[in-house]
Formats: sequence, C-alpha cells, structure tokens
Amino acid sequence: MRIFDPHIHMTSRTTDDYAAMAAHGVQALVEPAFWLGQPRTSVGSFVDYFDALIGWEPFRASQYGIKHHCTIALNPKEANDPRCREVLEVLPRYLAKDGVVAVGEVGYDSMTPEEDEVFATQLQLAKQFELPVLVHTPHRDKAAGTTRTLAVVKESGLEPHSVVVDHLNELTVKEVADSGCWMGFSIYPDTKMDPDRMVVILQQFGTERILVNSAADWGKSDPLRTYATGQAMLAAGFTEDDVDQVLWRNPVAFYGQSQRLDLTGTEPDDTYEGNSILRGARA
Amino acid sequence: MRPEVLTPATELEMLLPASARTWLAEARRQPLETAFPAAARKVGRDRLSPAWTTDQAVRVLLLVGAPATDVLDVYRYGDAAEKLAVLHALSVADVAHPLDDQALPIIEDAIRTNDRRLLAAALGPYATHHLPQHAFRQAVLKCVFADVPLAVVDGLPKRVDQELIRMMSDFAAERSAAGRDTPADLEAYLTCPP
Ligand SMILES: [Zn+2]
Repeated sequence: MRIFDPHIHMTSRTTDDYAAMAAHGVQALVEPAFWLGQPRTSVGSFVDYFDALIGWEPFRASQYGIKHHCTIALNPKEANDPRCREVLEVLPRYLAKDGVVAVGEVGYDSMTPEEDEVFATQLQLAKQFELPVLVHTPHRDKAAGTTRTLAVVKESGLEPHSVVVDHLNELTVKEVADSGCWMGFSIYPDTKMDPDRMVVILQQFGTERILVNSAADWGKSDPLRTYATGQAMLAAGFTEDDVDQVLWRNPVAFYGQSQRLDLTGTEPDDTYEGNSILRGARA
Repeated sequence: MRPEVLTPATELEMLLPASARTWLAEARRQPLETAFPAAARKVGRDRLSPAWTTDQAVRVLLLVGAPATDVLDVYRYGDAAEKLAVLHALSVADVAHPLDDQALPIIEDAIRTNDRRLLAAALGPYATHHLPQHAFRQAVLKCVFADVPLAVVDGLPKRVDQELIRMMSDFAAERSAAGRDTPADLEAYLTCPP
C-alpha cells in the first residue's frame, strides 16, 4: 500500500512518527500551514514558520524517504488578530515556491467579518498563482460553516475541482459532493471521522474526488490513520486498486493541479500500471 | 579572493541548453523575487556538469549584477534549493567579486542551520576568503558532527591552525571515551598537523 497523506502537520511530530509512517507505506505528504496551538502575535513568527515548511521540514522528511510539500496561507483563527493581518503581504513570496502546492488552510473558524475578508482575498491569490485551495471547515457550527464556505468558493469564480473542502463528516459530505469540490476527511482517534465511518462514506459516495488524511497535529491524533483506513477499506471488500486511488492517485491528482508536485524517487504501486498522472504533474 | 578558484559566469552560460537560455533572457526582465523561485520549474533540474544543475546555473546567472540587498533578500526568503543556489553563486566570480564581504551574513546563516546541504555549500571559496578564523573552525567542527565530508570544505587544509587541531583532537577523545569511532577524514588532521 502506497500512501500520500494530503493533510498532516509534521512540525508537531517526532522522528519516530516519520519512521513509522515510512514503514507503513507513506511516501509523500502535504503539510498545510495552520495555527500552532499557541497564538502568534507578529508577522515574523509566520515567516519563520513558512520558512520551516519549505526548508527544514522537507529536509527532515527526506531523511525517511518521504516527499514533503506544503500549503501556505493565513489561517482563519489568526486572521482575527489585527497583528497577524500583515501576513497577507508576505504570502505572494511563498506562493511562488516550488514546494508550495496549494493555498491553505483557509476558511472559517468563528465566521467573523475578518475571516470573510481574509478568506476571499486568499481565494483570489490562488487564482493569481494558479494553485488549488485547501479549505478548513469549522469545528463549531460545521454544517452552516460548510454551506457558507461553498457559497464563498462559488462567488470567487474558482473552478470547484481546484478546491478541497476538508474535515467533512456524514452531515456535510453531500453538499460538498454536489458542489463539484473535492471532499476531504480527517481520520482521528476519537473525534471527527474514524476508519469505519469513512468506509461507509466511501460505499455511499464512491472513491472519486475524495481525500483521506490523518491531519495529525499537536492534539490527540495518529499519523497512521491513513493506513488504518486503507486496511478498513480492504476488510470491507474494496480492492487494492480502490485503496490506491483514495490514498495515492487522488491526492496526486488534486495537488498535481499546481504543476509543482515532485514525486521523483517514490515507488510505483504494482496495482496500478504506469503513473501517468505523476508524469503529467512533473511536466 | 584568488580569482583562479572562482568560476566565471560565461562558463555557466555555455553549459545551458538553448531553452534555458531563452527563459533566462525573459526572466532577466522580471523582478528577481518572481523569477528566482520560478526558475527550477521553468528550466528543469537536469545535471549539466559534476558541479551544476540547470536550475542552479540559471539562478546563479540571475544574480549576476544584482545589488547586495537583492542577493540577501532572495536568500532570506528562499526555500532550501534557492538558498543552495545563492550559496553556489558565491563561488562564481561575477557574483562574488562585486559583493566583497557583504554576503557574509548568508554564509553565517547557512552555517547555523542543521541542513547539511546548506552547511556544505556555505564552506566554498567565499567562506575560505571571508569567514573569520573562529567561525571557520566552528564550521569545520560542525561538519564533523553533521557527517559532512571534510573534503568538501574549500578552506581545508590551508586554513588549519593549532587551535583547530586541538578542537579536533578533543572531539576525537570525546568520541573514543564514548566508545564511538572517529570519522576517518578527521584522522588525517590529528596525525599530520600543519
Ligand atoms: Zn490542519
């Protein structure tokens, strides 16, 4: 089983996690820029964080044979702090980098006017830099937040296939499926989704346009939840090829839209002949 | 700096395939902060010679004639590949000469990182010429810790002094007290002092 984790915060993880991920088939990942637990109070903290996402963290990942890419954005939580607003001005520098394969995580936390404005601005940056977008949906008031998210995405003029709406569950998946956006699921040890509930969603909605991630971060989380979901899929009767589509080809197709994915050195999966998507992405 | 150790920019230009030359001509009319990060995905990363890849050569050529503030700026905001290209640029005469010692903060930053590619690239001829002796000794010892082969350090063996030998000997003693091997390339400096 080859795995591409499309959403994991490696900055918060130890080298043991990298080793365990590599041993379970994780060969590539995307680390979205988000908050760090402790709120930041100045642009400098963000710049250093972004530098780690394009410098130190890919180096750390490479020592375990894992390809590391990232997404860059001002996250919605900190968008509410006027001291962090100037981050918007440094974003263009980072959105120009080879290792940056999307704008994200953007979206809503508390659905304030500040979040509205920062979200819309960053959707325009995605257009300007021809990058896909990773949208976080709020933990509180999730259904309403998802509806509002989809309205803002539509208004932005971005193509739905260049947007993934993440952290979905049974109640929010339908609306996103109908919108044409990609559907993202974070599989956690006890909140959000678990592997068995994920399998039920895959049975209902199929394996297209779906991204499954561990979203592992500073909270209680597990970087091997992607692997556990692959196992749960097989146990439920999905084929190896279905698993490869969800855990590898789908993230490659989504982030490949950036034209910046570099997967040289990753191992092909024998359940899938020829990695044409990969070649397309590297053109 | 002794000119014979530096590569002239014309040599790099000759290595470039035609398509990369065309892009370079276009890119020189764009702001450096736009062209520099885009270079690798525009011209590719093929190896042109043992020392140079296409993206590195093009990035270096973009820095020819750039003011020191711009060079420091692209390094400051660069990803690892861009930072490496700036460090390599300091071994090219047309970039290094006009900068004189103004690029020293770049070398110092690269030495502070724990990325051994940056550390190795920092210790080229520019560091040999401009890095103060104390910092040079510390950087060499850091290479030993980080498994960077001492053969890549341009300033060795010519900048070895008694103090560096003492530091290396102490390191070797610490290693043997811990029951661990001393790196083979260190041995040469312990047995053949300058
Ligand atoms: Zn996240």
